Amino acid sequence: MERILIPLNGDDIAPRFDLVLEAMVILISDSNEILDQRIVVLPHTSAEGLCDVILKERINTVICCGIEDEFYQFLTWKKIKVLDSVIGSSSMILTKYCGPGLSSGEMLL
Amino acid sequence: MIKAPSSIKAEIKGLSKKGLRLGDFVDEIPIGLLLLDTSQRVILLNRAMEALTGYVSQEAQGIPCKYILRSSMCGQECPIHQVIERDGSVCMNANILNRNREKIPVRFTAAPVKDESGKLVGFLKSIEDMRSVRQSNDHSGQFFFGNLIGASLEMQRVLRLLPAIAQTDSSVLITGETGSGKDYIAEAVHEASTRAKGPFVKVNCGALPESLLESELFGHQKGAFTGAIENKPGRFRLAHTGTLYLTEIGDLPLNLQVKLLSFLDDQVVYPLGSSKGVLVNVRIIAATHRDLEGMVRQGAFREDLLFRLNVIRLHLPPLSERDGDVGLLMDHFLPIFNSRFGKKVKIFGSDTRKRLLEYEFPGNVRELKNIVEFAVNLCDGDEILIDHLPIYLKTAGTGKSHKRTIVGAALPEIAAAPSMIYDNSSMDWAQAERRIIMEAMMRTRGNRAEAAKLLGWGRSTLWRKLKIHKIV
Repeated sequence: MERILIPLNGDDIAPRFDLVLEAMVILISDSNEILDQRIVVLPHTSAEGLCDVILKERINTVICCGIEDEFYQFLTWKKIKVLDSVIGSSSMILTKYCGPGLSSGEMLL
Repeated sequence: MIKAPSSIKAEIKGLSKKGLRLGDFVDEIPIGLLLLDTSQRVILLNRAMEALTGYVSQEAQGIPCKYILRSSMCGQECPIHQVIERDGSVCMNANILNRNREKIPVRFTAAPVKDESGKLVGFLKSIEDMRSVRQSNDHSGQFFFGNLIGASLEMQRVLRLLPAIAQTDSSVLITGETGSGKDYIAEAVHEASTRAKGPFVKVNCGALPESLLESELFGHQKGAFTGAIENKPGRFRLAHTGTLYLTEIGDLPLNLQVKLLSFLDDQVVYPLGSSKGVLVNVRIIAATHRDLEGMVRQGAFREDLLFRLNVIRLHLPPLSERDGDVGLLMDHFLPIFNSRFGKKVKIFGSDTRKRLLEYEFPGNVRELKNIVEFAVNLCDGDEILIDHLPIYLKTAGTGKSHKRTIVGAALPEIAAAPSMIYDNSSMDWAQAERRIIMEAMMRTRGNRAEAAKLLGWGRSTLWRKLKIHKIV
């Protein structure tokens, strides 16, 4: 099983990791089926706060658009896979991730 | 064949009945420009904007602006909302997060684009990179040029030459020991030149493997090699109308030296996999701490390239040879770090000043800056004492012969461990301290109490520093 987090702006991925107020946490099975998904709401925008949520939620993979190098390095240091510069709606991103696979920099619009 | 951004035909329906070839001239404008349609999707980026954001115009076309700019104003405070409300242009300061994960302070100007009947058909955003403006606010002192400061005869000679050098368009070769300020010189020359509004693109020739460096410098065409899934303009083209700063030029592989020489001859770059050359207007500034003449004798550096680069030669003397500069720089850095850390340190104690003036500074100005930063961090009063200096400066016998490269030497246990010894040539104190803390945390598997013990700090000190460095 894998836990994924996508910072959200409405139904789409948020342009910036440090400016989000909500994020989607998705649990997928080993066969890439979505088992559960829910929204986590942050009290204020903060990259540190989101990193804290990522650690507490035991996230394995973060899919985001813009992220500062400091936080990218921190998350990868914590052995969390980060796919950044991804653009698209959360549903398209998830479909691509669970299907053929997703990589950094993909534009799904 | 690479289709140059300048050949993109950007036709805006309604803006002109015949359509405009915008790409041809917006690429020459040194300020980042972004043309959007009414739904705020990208129509065109100019070359300066490509350098700022890391996206090339073709791939950004049709993508909502917020995903390309990633500005701190995106969302509720989007300047486009204000443009619509005011029916006029707006200007504001913000920051953007580019594809290389850099946060860049910028000044935004957004304006409506209308057709002949006054109907809104799009938006134009211009973005100025404010990094150099912010940095220049830091300097104070009598003898300076850009961010450089010096009182010694050696530095005054260099500083007097710089305005004249900036006004020429010749290649410049900067030599000097690590930490002596080569990067600052290059940036200052660019900022004072007529190319100041153009991009300043820095490439570290020693930081990338040969195969990547060629593609990074000269660009490549889609399909040129496995993994080349899209066209890449290369740093030469990104620096068009600006300055390309090649640092550690002594580490440039021989085959790329030939290609650089060819560019210096005709100003044409040939992207990998393309037979068609692209004319680029770039000034080259190169720097190295190596002895290039010695490398020429050993056959490791091409003599003809050295002659081409060596049009204007600037040598930065090591700090130990700059009489009077250590004291000036100590007093220069003190208020900067006071302001940065919210401290009220007024002076260096007489013993501390004497100790520092006697020290040789093998890491040059960068080392001095790190020492002042360290001391201001540790000092709780209004005077910096010897106790506030890194441990290698506290011990007796520190003098002209005392050379070292350990930034973390203030922490004896850490300095003793081979994996914790860092060359201070590429990081400031904050980076070094962060790295030391991270290493300690990894060694102790995240146990803060053990990490604090290893570092020789109290738990609360470690906790405070974890917060400062945003590790928790």
